Amino acid sequence: MATAPLNDLRDPLILGEKSYHDITVDICRPIETKANKLWYVVFGLSFITMLWGLGLIAYTVGTGLGVWGLNKSVEWAWDITNFVWWIGIGHAGTLISAILLLFRQRWRMSINRAAEAMTIFAVICAALFPVFHMGRVWVGYWVLPLPNQYGSLWANFNSPLLWDVFAISTYFSVSLVFWYIGLIPDFATIRDRAITPMAKKAYTLLSFGWTGNAKAWARFEEVSLVLAGLSTPLVLSVHTIVSMDFATSVIPGWHTTIFPPYFVAGAIFSGFAMVLTLMLIVRKVLGLEAYITVAHVEAMNKIIILTGSIVGVAYLTELFMSWYSGVEYEQYAFLNRATGPYWWAYWSMMTCNVITPQLFWFPKIRKSLVATFIISIFVNIGMWFERFVIIVTSLHRDYLPSSWMNFHPSFVDIGIFVGTIGFFFTMFLLFARTFPVIALNELKTILKATGKYKRTSPKPEYKVEDLILESRKGKGGATLHAEEHH
Amino acid sequence: MSEVTYNPSIIYGIFDDDDDILRSAKVFRANRISVANVYSPFPIHGIDPVIGHPRTNISVAAFVFGGTGLSLAILMIWYMLISDWPMNVGGKPNWTFAANFPAFVPVLFESTVFCAAHGMSITYLLLNRLLPGFNPRNPDPRSTDDKFIMEINMDENWDATYDEVVGLMKSTGASEIKER
Repeated sequence: MATAPLNDLRDPLILGEKSYHDITVDICRPIETKANKLWYVVFGLSFITMLWGLGLIAYTVGTGLGVWGLNKSVEWAWDITNFVWWIGIGHAGTLISAILLLFRQRWRMSINRAAEAMTIFAVICAALFPVFHMGRVWVGYWVLPLPNQYGSLWANFNSPLLWDVFAISTYFSVSLVFWYIGLIPDFATIRDRAITPMAKKAYTLLSFGWTGNAKAWARFEEVSLVLAGLSTPLVLSVHTIVSMDFATSVIPGWHTTIFPPYFVAGAIFSGFAMVLTLMLIVRKVLGLEAYITVAHVEAMNKIIILTGSIVGVAYLTELFMSWYSGVEYEQYAFLNRATGPYWWAYWSMMTCNVITPQLFWFPKIRKSLVATFIISIFVNIGMWFERFVIIVTSLHRDYLPSSWMNFHPSFVDIGIFVGTIGFFFTMFLLFARTFPVIALNELKTILKATGKYKRTSPKPEYKVEDLILESRKGKGGATLHAEEHH
Repeated sequence: MSEVTYNPSIIYGIFDDDDDILRSAKVFRANRISVANVYSPFPIHGIDPVIGHPRTNISVAAFVFGGTGLSLAILMIWYMLISDWPMNVGGKPNWTFAANFPAFVPVLFESTVFCAAHGMSITYLLLNRLLPGFNPRNPDPRSTDDKFIMEINMDENWDATYDEVVGLMKSTGASEIKER
């Protein structure tokens, strides 16, 4: 890959003339320098928000689920909306690092590290909601297939909720390992540059004694490829299974076969929006404009158009099918979504998810960082409303009109959600100052092909045939042995 | 078998560019001098056959662990929900594994991926001698930044002279020579 010719048809992915050492210095700078005031301010705010969320979780556990806004008709609402929203955001990281690796998309290299970090923090946020929605979290281990005191009643493997337990724990742990295996060589780079004994010790521990010899790299590449191959169906399965939490029930508006592909597309859509929101800030704050370029933003925006359009088609298909099915409950569910008490949520979703991403058809908007940032926020909001609409509007008008009830979030509901956002940013800010936010060593492999490579010493000019020494003719037992081995 | 008359026994050639070291390795191969190892900040594509490293078959580990994961998951689900306590969920078929199979697919799939990914990752860490607390063994700290280091073991190349090796390294672009 490193020797592939420069492709003049595409924009460079690394701007300016860089040597390998320049890349190391640029990416390590945030780790090796002190944080500025702004970082401390944002970190402080995020941290306080996180503590507020933690406090409210403690309040929920101590008092009981009654402190949430749930009621007998709407027993899934704010919490599961947040769960699906966060899980969806997590999908972009794995998509970038796994699916784009299989498709050999070079632009993934500048963003995969941060996107994977985002995945891991987002999945932690997501997992909090179903766990605390159990009410009695101290018996949370009951979801695992363990022998128990109720005779031989085992976990129910027919239930999509149990599938979720397996899917999310597999997704989280595999993403974490995939991320860490990629981090080891970069930690080694920081270790070998570290000046203070403290940093040296920490990064020696984190880099597991990475040496970077040829065999290690050959295995590294093979493991990355196979993990990408495993993660690709995994990431698609996770949101498929999340959608089955809904689709396997008989609730009007949930009971549709379109849910798995529609949820997966929506997950990637919202995940990319969050990656854009974060990366546009990161490139500015950490001074990584040369590595996260307009070409990267444009590539991500194209994925937003694609997945946003799939989501739009899915909304229209749902509407059509509810009418075409002839089932009055389905017809009412969708009429109620658009014109009922939650019409504002429905139309926010439609505007943010269907209309705004279509603006990216215009190259000018697609290449504008400001426009991209604004639209990415719209998509984040729209995708939250999508899950809210699906969950709350389907539940609040039951089959029995006597149990029709509206949902009002309590301050605890809102506070825990805001708290997870605080946690997410706290973790991301810590990550940005201690971990290499760009896969710096992987990036070096594409420098010659997609950037301007600055040589640090003159290129030696010779022909291999001219350097065959007269004195070496007929010698070399060890080399022969190596050849046979090969 | 080695007649160690050379001092030092290991020579390191430090290069500034990945293409330079790849070409240099080809020169050493043409001169029938074996290259013991190459240290680099990133993978150099095509260097493994030149220095005589066979293709890694670590992906076999993924297959073996994946198969193990799938088998264990089948065994677990069969024991829990078919053999020990068939669970009646809305009267759906639950008496044989085959009849209940569609509902088991998600967990079987996730268990396969879980074991394949983690099993292969652990294999990778062990093969590469990577564990927390291990000390780095690269000969020069710059090899994780922008230097590419070729290691020639003179014990393996008992019929090569110090001058031959260093001369070839220098004429193929090595910017520095280190010895041990």
